[in-house]
Amino acid sequence: MSRNPYVREEGLRWIFRHPRYLRYMTREFSCLFIGGWTLMMVWGLKQLAEGPAAWTAFLEFLKSPASVVFHVVALAFAAYHSYTWFNLTPQALPLQIGEEFVPGAAIAGAHFAVWAVLSIAILHFAGAF
Amino acid sequence: MGERTVELEVLRYNPETDQEPRFQRYSVTCREEWVVLDALNHVKETIDPTLSYRWSCHMAVCGSCGMMVNGEPKLACKAFIRNYEGVIRVEPLAHFPVERDLVTVVDDFMAKLKRVKPYLIPKQEKPVSEGEYRQTPAELKRFKQYTMCINCMLCYAACPEYGLIPKFIGPAAISLAHRYNQDSRDGGRAERQEEIASTEGVWECSFTGACSEVCPEHVDPAAALQQVKIRSTLDWYTEHLMPWLEK
Repeated sequence: MSRNPYVREEGLRWIFRHPRYLRYMTREFSCLFIGGWTLMMVWGLKQLAEGPAAWTAFLEFLKSPASVVFHVVALAFAAYHSYTWFNLTPQALPLQIGEEFVPGAAIAGAHFAVWAVLSIAILHFAGAF
Repeated sequence: MGERTVELEVLRYNPETDQEPRFQRYSVTCREEWVVLDALNHVKETIDPTLSYRWSCHMAVCGSCGMMVNGEPKLACKAFIRNYEGVIRVEPLAHFPVERDLVTVVDDFMAKLKRVKPYLIPKQEKPVSEGEYRQTPAELKRFKQYTMCINCMLCYAACPEYGLIPKFIGPAAISLAHRYNQDSRDGGRAERQEEIASTEGVWECSFTGACSEVCPEHVDPAAALQQVKIRSTLDWYTEHLMPWLEK
């Protein structure tokens, strides 16, 4: 009997097969906003190096409605990115003490705690409060 | 026990006569406790003896009856009819070529499984007269969950990376390599690293996590892959920055 296997092409349909794939793609997509924000900061450093006039223009640009909208969206994606990755840390970094594994919530929780402390420290040093 | 008439929409493909697969509908009167596999068996016994699919144990042990049920990889013997409404669409496991109807070609997975050497490679061979290779309960627990894998390949059907990049060694095979790497009696990690730390190995994985979500045995292949990535990264740093630490 001859074999004649059929290969089914799926294309991009897999993204909509289950909500988990949409969540995954959202997480991956979030890096574009984080990358874009980082490039903006590099551009800001360049403006700073070019002198007071360039730096003031950059600060004015940051206050523009388009920039504010971008920052709000980028912040939301960055928070989602961090939240989803920290929730995955128990899988990547299991900790076995004696016979038992430390509960995943403790490992993810430790990451969230460090995230909160660092964020507060940075906001403090930046003069937010 | 109640009965319910269920419409099954099953992918059919006859390699001798069909150019491409097609769906065929069957009306099956199912009992309350039936799983999809029971419905398929009923079709084969009473409606259409030409329907082909793999199964053996009917108790989620053999790993033969993996198929897509309403687009989600499932063991047909564990997918209860009562959990589905409307038409139930049954297709062969995604990402594998279709041999016939619901039967897939699994040669690719079998070859990959062999490549990762999923067996104990003792650190030091010793004669039987010297006794067993002993292990503490903690050492056993370190890898025990990975021993539950039944090679059903649902994780491959769930993995978008494997669908896009078929050369990816994939979740189950890498998890089994990790299972032996984590075993205190084993000394074969360096041999397995050549396969699993390569581009076709863990670095094709972008941690979708779908493999772990669909595993019927509650193995966590995604965890194994991330742990292999971390170990491989540490290997790289040791090799390039602290070569004197290499054994």
